Amino acid sequence: MSHAAFAIVGGGLVGAGIGYGLAKAGHDVLLLDEGDVAFRAARGNFGNVWVQGKGLNSPAYADLSRGAALGWRAFADELEDLSGVPLHFSQNGAFYVCLGADELERRADALMAAEAASRIPSGIERVDRAGVAAVIPEIGEAVAGATFCPLDGMVDPLRLLRALLSGYQRLGGRVQAGGRIARIDGEGRGFVLRDASGIVATADRVVLAAGLGNAGLAPQLGLTAPVRPVRGQVFITEKLRPFMPCGIHFIRQTADGGVICGESSEEAGFDEATTRPVLRNSAAKITAVLPLLRHVRVVRAWGALRVMSPDGLPVYQRSTSHPGAYLASVHSGVTLLPFHAGPFAAALAGDWLAPDLAVPFSPERFHV
Amino acid sequence: MFRSLTEPTGRLVTVSLDGRSVELPEGDNLAVALLRAGHGPFRTTPAKAAPRQPYCMMGVCFECLAEIDGVPNRQTCQERVVPGQSIRRQDGARSTGSAAAPAPAARGTP
Amino acid sequence: MTAGTAPQVAADGETVDLAIVGAGPAGMAAAIRAAELGLAVVVFDDQPAPGGQIYRNVAHPPPLPRHVLGPDYHAGAALVARFLASGAEYRPSSVVWHVAEGSLSHTGPDGGGTLAARRILIATGAMERPFPVPGWTLPGVMTAGAAQIMLKASATVVDDAVFAGSGPLLYLVVAQYLRAGIRIRALLDTTPRGARRRALARLGSAWSGRTTLAKGLGLLAEIRRAGVTVHRHVADLAAVGTDRLDAVTWRSGSVRHRLDCATLFLHQGIVPNVNTAMAVGCSHRWDEGQLCWRPTLDAAGRSSVPGVMVAGDGGGIAGAVAAALSGEIAAIAAASDLGRIDGATRDRLLGPLESRRRRDMAVRPFLETLYRPADADRIPSRDETLVCRCEEVDRGTLADIVRRGCPGPNQIKAFSRCGMGPCQGRLCGHTVTELFADLTGRSPDEVGHYRIRMPIKPVTLGDIAGP
Repeated sequence: MSHAAFAIVGGGLVGAGIGYGLAKAGHDVLLLDEGDVAFRAARGNFGNVWVQGKGLNSPAYADLSRGAALGWRAFADELEDLSGVPLHFSQNGAFYVCLGADELERRADALMAAEAASRIPSGIERVDRAGVAAVIPEIGEAVAGATFCPLDGMVDPLRLLRALLSGYQRLGGRVQAGGRIARIDGEGRGFVLRDASGIVATADRVVLAAGLGNAGLAPQLGLTAPVRPVRGQVFITEKLRPFMPCGIHFIRQTADGGVICGESSEEAGFDEATTRPVLRNSAAKITAVLPLLRHVRVVRAWGALRVMSPDGLPVYQRSTSHPGAYLASVHSGVTLLPFHAGPFAAALAGDWLAPDLAVPFSPERFHV
Repeated sequence: MFRSLTEPTGRLVTVSLDGRSVELPEGDNLAVALLRAGHGPFRTTPAKAAPRQPYCMMGVCFECLAEIDGVPNRQTCQERVVPGQSIRRQDGARSTGSAAAPAPAARGTP
Repeated sequence: MTAGTAPQVAADGETVDLAIVGAGPAGMAAAIRAAELGLAVVVFDDQPAPGGQIYRNVAHPPPLPRHVLGPDYHAGAALVARFLASGAEYRPSSVVWHVAEGSLSHTGPDGGGTLAARRILIATGAMERPFPVPGWTLPGVMTAGAAQIMLKASATVVDDAVFAGSGPLLYLVVAQYLRAGIRIRALLDTTPRGARRRALARLGSAWSGRTTLAKGLGLLAEIRRAGVTVHRHVADLAAVGTDRLDAVTWRSGSVRHRLDCATLFLHQGIVPNVNTAMAVGCSHRWDEGQLCWRPTLDAAGRSSVPGVMVAGDGGGIAGAVAAALSGEIAAIAAASDLGRIDGATRDRLLGPLESRRRRDMAVRPFLETLYRPADADRIPSRDETLVCRCEEVDRGTLADIVRRGCPGPNQIKAFSRCGMGPCQGRLCGHTVTELFADLTGRSPDEVGHYRIRMPIKPVTLGDIAGP
């Protein structure tokens, strides 16, 4: 059994990001990770650093995403230096392509209209088909146009997680893998964390960053994590020579050459399976947008579960009944990483969530 | 040097191997026929540009890949010799195929 | 393409009784028996001709004297002929890339589609166990199975090759080379010291498998008589070269040896080709005797997934005779489960097949003990040895990830790309599990295997999108 000043439940991008920030500030941190087979959004995600369209109805979320995206380059450089793991981060902007003129019209209008509400500009543009083709000549005839945001980028999500954990460990952070935390109790001035076989660790403060696992743990600490799984099914292809200078929202070429692609969103519960109707529709849309991919082989397809709140926005919360207990339930673990490792970790260290976080991202918004 | 102990069972047909004409027995296992023709390496790897040749000959190792008739990454051990076939060595990652392969110079950064 | 004169039964939208993946001995025998029992059967196979690896090309073998490939090989011709005449629909050169309860998706020369099937039989056979030694990716290094495939496919051979490893297939290929009059540079036998003594202790149970034993001993005698240089107790094998193989090196006792050669054929036994069954979600256990994953099956081959069965070496290594028997047994069980035969008929048919299979398999514990590959040949200890051929990930990288605290093979895969290439983990999966187990002191069962995903073999986005 270990003791730490901070115990973080969840070794994904959110937990490791927060742990990284705390360890960097010199705190004593223990990261508790589940076993090899778990619902791991961090191992199934796309690797998009994504801004456009986020926070259409929430300027606070739009600014949170934009601020994080602006901080990504510096964060990537720092993490690469520390870990020695190349992250293949690029921020060349990305297209959100629309197949119909109507869809393009509606989307562009909505994004442009929302732009004024945010403090940080995103540089969003509407691009016609020729504009997309000027950058990606292979774009399909079916594409009517796109919205383009220069803040959007991409990173290798697997190398990112590896780099984060490695950097975190170099900063003195500890990792304990294997058990799924089932129970957390406030005892005295601290917390006791248990898995099925008994006490795993004790800590002065505890941070729930267990993705979908937060839903079951939060109520034990007077917290609320109204998150549900939303499945996405994704392909990765064989390696291709570089042909995409920037990403499309659901198709991007990785630094290794493979194309990661797929667009689906399903309420399928805790089921990570791939299903043929979804794979078929997704493949049809991918090949309509980039017809040359028709002849490219898929090496692997997988389903991954997004950690989704009712409005899609993050939930950050400090427990009032259990001082020292915090919660972060986030879908966009990649984009928001510089925020989690920076300002959010600093807030935890100071044991206080400022109103600009506490108010717009509190779960109380779901009760009104 | 790979060689056959018997006369070829198929008639000899002309195929194009990296642009030059070669005679191979029709219907023969393509990887075997290429090995006998002294072809090698079949490709270099995308990760480290290492040369590779067929390893398992039964379709599981994906080492014998080549571009066949404009389609890259085909398993030659799963194919047969067909008259007029064009086989090309692959260096590193495949191209997007003969259907669309823009010159690298045409790709810029937006 | 339809074997025999049976009508097309398997157009998309219709439901067949039994879809079989693989046309080796298990798949063919299952198809024959199922068709006899009146089931509508479709057989998919990724090879252009039936027979699997063991009976590859047996219907049209190269014009070699029959003793070269031997009677066990030519015996397959009758099975292939019966299969082609069985009335089962046969789809060669077809890749089955998605299997789920009740249906499968396939692609082949005539396009592809999705087929509904009341029962699915996975008969995907075996593949050679990975042999991760330094230099095993060099051009010039192949498997002994590959040597035999080339011989069967078009009587193709190579002179002065070195054969290295252990196991019946290795000795068989060497003997076949010798019968064809091909010069062999050397046989490097990696069978560990003491294996024969340990195996003999288990011989008692193998009395009824004595023909198999006699054949094995006969092969070794044949090799010795031919005067091939045989080095025994070979350890620390390595392939040496820069752009292609120049030499093979090894240690025997404390002496290091080197032998120049242009071709090296490696072999250390075969393991079930489990990717299909794993992708479907059939539960698997580590078999400590065979040192491999095998699906959890009942006596008739039913897996943990309803309606999905496994027969042949894909369910555990038992050889061609037992494979064909297990295919027949599965077909009878499927017919019974579908209500096509009554329980009495089923039991009457199964009885003799099961006792024949028991007799045939009695020799297995002996063979498994005798040819159990050395730990050092399965679990690389040198950091520079490549574990993943596709992504070129070496042992050192994996060991480093494990040392930093890693929950298992899937995290290894995510962090190193090991197993992410086109072979989809087939040539590194067993090594990763055993390496992880070795480094952490856990059992392979606790460590687990990669989660195998669809597609079962790489197919194009166009194949998946459909027409």
